[in-house]
Amino acid sequence: MSGAITETAVTIRVDGQEVAVPEGATILDACDAAGVETPTICYGPTLTPVNVCRLCVVELDGSRALVPSCSRPAEEGMVVHTDSERVRHSRKMVLEFLTTGVDVSQADELGQWAEHYGADPSRYVPGGETMDEPVRVQDNLYIRDYDKCVLCYRCVEACGDDAQHTYAISVAGRGFGARISAEFDVTLPESACVYCGNCVAVCPTNALQFKTEFDLRQADDWRPEDQTVTQTVCSYCGVGCNLELHVQDNQIVKCTSPDDHDVTSGNLCIKGRFGWNYV
Amino acid sequence: MIFLWGSNAREAHPIFFHHVLKGIDNGARMYCVDPRYTSSAQFSDVWVGIDVGTDIALANGIGREIIHAGLANQDFIAHSTQGFEAYAASVEPFTPEAVAAICGIPAEVVVEMAHAYATADKAQILWTLGITEHHNAVDNVLSLCNLALLTGHVGRWGSGLVPLRGQNNVQGGGDMGAIPNKFPGFASVDDPDHRARFEAAYGRELNPVPGLHLTLMFEAMEQGDLRALYVIGENPADSEADALHARAQLESLDILVVQDILMTRTAEMADVVLPASVAWAESEGTVTSSERRVQRVRPAVSPPGQARHDIDILCDMAEAMGDELGPRDPKAAWDELRSLSAMHGGMAWERLEAAGGLQWPCPDEDHPGSAFLHGWLWADDLEGRDPAPFSVLEHEGPTEELSEKFPLRLTTGRALDSYNTGVQSGQYDSPIRFAGLDMNTHDAAGLGIADGDRVRVCSPRGSVEMNARVVSSLPRGLAFTTLHHPELIDVNVLTNPEWDPKSGTAEFKAAAVRVELVVAPETAGASVG
Amino acid sequence: MPPRLRGHPLADLHFGDDQPTEAEQAAIDAIVPQANAASIVETERIVRGGRSRRHGLRHLLLPVLHSLQHEIGWISPGGLNGAAERLGVPPAEAYGVATFYELLRTADPGHRDDVVHVCVDPACALAGNNELRTTLDADGARVHDSPCLGQCERAPALFVQGVGRPDRVPADDNEEFQLPQAGDPGLRVLRRVGVVDPTSLESYREHGGYEALATAIEMGPDAVIAVISDSGLSGRGGAAFPTGIKWRAVADEPGADKHVVANCDESEPGTFKDRILCEQDPFAVIESMTIAGLATGASHGWIYIRGEYPRATARLESAIAQARASGLLGDDVAGSGQRFDIELRRGAGAYICGEETALFNSIEGFRGEPRNKPPFPTTHGLFSQPTAVNNPETLINALDIVIDGPDTYRSLGTERSPGTRLFCLSGRIGVPGLYEVPFGTPLGDLLDLAGGPVGSLAAVLLGGAAGVFVGPDSLDMPLTLEDTREASATLGSGVVTVFDDTVDMEAVVVRIAEFFRDESCGQCVPCRVGTQRQHEVLVELQGSDKPLTKQRSELIDDMALAMVDASICGLGHTAASAVRSALSLGLIGNSQ
Repeated sequence: MSGAITETAVTIRVDGQEVAVPEGATILDACDAAGVETPTICYGPTLTPVNVCRLCVVELDGSRALVPSCSRPAEEGMVVHTDSERVRHSRKMVLEFLTTGVDVSQADELGQWAEHYGADPSRYVPGGETMDEPVRVQDNLYIRDYDKCVLCYRCVEACGDDAQHTYAISVAGRGFGARISAEFDVTLPESACVYCGNCVAVCPTNALQFKTEFDLRQADDWRPEDQTVTQTVCSYCGVGCNLELHVQDNQIVKCTSPDDHDVTSGNLCIKGRFGWNYV
Repeated sequence: MIFLWGSNAREAHPIFFHHVLKGIDNGARMYCVDPRYTSSAQFSDVWVGIDVGTDIALANGIGREIIHAGLANQDFIAHSTQGFEAYAASVEPFTPEAVAAICGIPAEVVVEMAHAYATADKAQILWTLGITEHHNAVDNVLSLCNLALLTGHVGRWGSGLVPLRGQNNVQGGGDMGAIPNKFPGFASVDDPDHRARFEAAYGRELNPVPGLHLTLMFEAMEQGDLRALYVIGENPADSEADALHARAQLESLDILVVQDILMTRTAEMADVVLPASVAWAESEGTVTSSERRVQRVRPAVSPPGQARHDIDILCDMAEAMGDELGPRDPKAAWDELRSLSAMHGGMAWERLEAAGGLQWPCPDEDHPGSAFLHGWLWADDLEGRDPAPFSVLEHEGPTEELSEKFPLRLTTGRALDSYNTGVQSGQYDSPIRFAGLDMNTHDAAGLGIADGDRVRVCSPRGSVEMNARVVSSLPRGLAFTTLHHPELIDVNVLTNPEWDPKSGTAEFKAAAVRVELVVAPETAGASVG
Repeated sequence: MPPRLRGHPLADLHFGDDQPTEAEQAAIDAIVPQANAASIVETERIVRGGRSRRHGLRHLLLPVLHSLQHEIGWISPGGLNGAAERLGVPPAEAYGVATFYELLRTADPGHRDDVVHVCVDPACALAGNNELRTTLDADGARVHDSPCLGQCERAPALFVQGVGRPDRVPADDNEEFQLPQAGDPGLRVLRRVGVVDPTSLESYREHGGYEALATAIEMGPDAVIAVISDSGLSGRGGAAFPTGIKWRAVADEPGADKHVVANCDESEPGTFKDRILCEQDPFAVIESMTIAGLATGASHGWIYIRGEYPRATARLESAIAQARASGLLGDDVAGSGQRFDIELRRGAGAYICGEETALFNSIEGFRGEPRNKPPFPTTHGLFSQPTAVNNPETLINALDIVIDGPDTYRSLGTERSPGTRLFCLSGRIGVPGLYEVPFGTPLGDLLDLAGGPVGSLAAVLLGGAAGVFVGPDSLDMPLTLEDTREASATLGSGVVTVFDDTVDMEAVVVRIAEFFRDESCGQCVPCRVGTQRQHEVLVELQGSDKPLTKQRSELIDDMALAMVDASICGLGHTAASAVRSALSLGLIGNSQ
């Protein structure tokens, strides 16, 4: 999206405050510029907004329904409310919906927002449908735990149009039965997956995890507070991808790339993402 | 318009290929010239499967068609180039039909590519080792440069010639003077003025004789002129073409010192092994990527056991020899470089800290770095330089011709999940790893070979066993393997050591081989874990 | 079979080892011949493909999947691979599309028998679908529960999905079509229905067909759009958007790569009007689309029709072919010098694809997920090009307006709801069927026109599952856009389902909630989870002998508000409306 941004400024009101943003910027960008924090799940800075989680909705004067701030371009003169009764209600409900039926125990940000908006998942009918999916451990690089999946589409976007163009996964099925899946749910080694791990990098709920992290968590030894993150350059081909090495006890435990890096935009290939065992 | 020529960037440079994909998504057309229908080729509008080693014939043919169709950029040629007449005369025999016969492709596609390239607003030629791992590597490159000069697709934003570097710091190594005839910043060893600058800075006399590149070193070993070798982070026992020969040379040395992070095959042969730290994850420093982008590497973990930083080992070596190389501080070393290499002058250590680094030339601290080179070609005065020369090039083809005894062409390359001789990439558990020989469906059927069969591949230099995979992504007569798994498949036992006198690169891309069935499939493993 | 193009190591477009059988390959070839494949192997050394070529073929994905389903009764891994490879679509995406639709199966059913779909929605439930199902089961039929099949006037409805032979609706075979209002001189939209021979262009012309097109060509695009605007014609699909404004917006976009889409995907439980229009007056659909095409400057027409409508599909296809043969479609439409032609696409069992942007995605070969608006279809519609989407009733209205002018149209109905309106009457009503009355006709009069309610009237569901229940005290309500809006009701797509006091309304409402749960595309959280949780609350209520608690009532309201406010599309926006109206009318929730 940033490619569309030009120098022309657009002024909108966010919670009574005038904000000028470049043309092509979204309402979310304007909220950021106004210092208004907005909860998001499906939005990722390197991904085309799919606006499916509806957590970032805001009230826009003149619009009957609430609008997703992540994808709605800011237009001159818009008046936006981010903390109205309606906005708080919808955000609370989205958070309740996400926390019923999905294991969000490792989605820290989601949990904080749920508390902020007073979401109460306990008020639903007991025994309601859940994701109910086994953990898929099919190789030694990363695992898929769809009990934690909120169907935000970020992995699908990263695997497909927005970065990798591999399209190994898609949303399959419909409604509450929709799942992220390869064709006929074949295992990843049988699928088109090339193990770039760009899906893992964008997953907001830890449904996709490095196997190293999964193993440490199983052993109850995953300690983010004891981890350091160091930015360096990949040792393989000559493209110059920046890596962020996450280190615990002098061992690399996972590897990411900065979203704002010109070369990678947060993406890596299998070697950069997983090929550091030899260190 | 994109020419992807002799490059499987989808696998060898995956994140670079993301940028290519953005171009394709925005409507760029891509022609992929490669003997193999690679995973990169799948994204191209047209895949053109030329015979291995016929690149110059194709490039000359495209050049001829551009000239004959009146599509050459006459203004650019007149203003910015020299030697056009001789070039035009030299490509005259390369009619589309002649090229078709040499390259094994239809004549029409030669014409089509010429028109697509010449009429594009912006066009890039991207290449990798498919161009350079030949006995006439430099000529191959020059043949592509000719096309850019013919059309003016160079020195402009969006148009250019893009050689993709294969290693994370092969560019930086050259920039820092780790080539036999250059000082840092590409100052020439045999140029007295250049040398004087370095002698003044280092405070001593410097050897005016250029050194030997790797291929010449092996020749010198064979002739007994080179008796001691200090190898830093290289695995020539596996990576050299005709590996049996190379290993024999290494064995014959008086002393072999290897400084490496892992016990490579070369290290195993060494008299002394100096354990080093992992440069990109355990040490401070910089690397320079394919696009001349200098970026910082930083220590994330501390080196194990007795492993030490390269800078400490080198300084100790110097001290042991009674000399002093300066402070053992990467930043100090970098500042020394900046003082001697003008193109790095503006790259203050602090500026390199930011994500993204800086691209040289970056002469001063206000300079933003350079996204592309050769803009001078479009300057009214060519910035005082000589016009760029066309090159007259002859088609030669691979040195090793196919014969009754060795009827198949073997070419080599990389796979997505692995890297070079697998020293690093062999250590992780890739679910998509395959080690073996890819063969064309018809060739395999003719030899009674089925997918998964164990086969013996023989070249004039030796033979190696591996598993076969039957694919239709290779034209008849071509077989392919990677060089990633020397412990399983000693590919370089087979490859041709003929090398390009201009670059020192061996002809890894073209050997003549014979393939024989060894055992039935049930006893052969399909892949390595 | 041509050799498979397997790359090394096919990092992308990677197909598993399963290959199509000969029958499956033939089913694929029938839709996309090898010569049109995404990758053409020209010689062993030249392959032509590329992403643009792939994208150009993707809209054939749903037709190919239909073809495979029809051939062997399911989409097998080999069949999917074959289809995906031919079109250059990643198999995971093709699978995502295949699993989106009710009529496509991705698990081996273990037989190659036809599948008999039995409607489980309210009108058919009242008409004894359970008994029908029991009989069919006893006969050994492969019975499949289905949402509304669009035959509510002849409930209980059946649709037979053929394997290796054509799909069919048994009722079509033994039915002499009879319009309840046959011979009524007040009919406008239904004037030719039941009168004209729907299979004959000649018959259509004899009944005034193609006069409107000739008039429109004479008038020119601007004048056509002006009379449509002046008439006050509004969309009949539910949103009631002014047709003239829509056409004007598309006409104002540059270029000819614009589209007119006839949305014949009515799937609202209780709706069957488009089926009858397409079956009985298909040329009127074609002619009115052509007028829309010429008026908006669009050269591409698309008909998207329910997969459960085999006869309507056949008649439309025949009408398109006849019109094309007579120069009424094609490069020079009726001597106008303009190009307009029509392609027909069948849906595959997805209510959501009646939502216009979901419909675009479905045609384009993607999952039928609605898009966020803006941008609107008039600028970014089908293939992201300017598009006018109308349903058949709206389109056919345009014919008379073009010929007679806006005033004649406005002479019926009210100032704000001019013209006539089609209503689909079903349930406990004397003569179920399709009726046309002027806007403003009171609800009670409409029921009387259809023979009056059967039994003691308890409630009327207006607008279908996405609509609202009204009680007997609403019989005086004039059926206009403005009056229904004021009463917090809706006309929706013209559904009028009648219930008497013997009906188990809890079961009806639970089924409506289940319908939305089943039909939610699953894309946005409020609808995907909201419809699920709403259904759970109602099932709990149904299983309880206690009245709805305050907490549950609040939860229903809270969920409803979030679905209305934060869902992407109309499905989520309306998923709670019938439920809440049933609660407020006291139809459910007060069991003792």
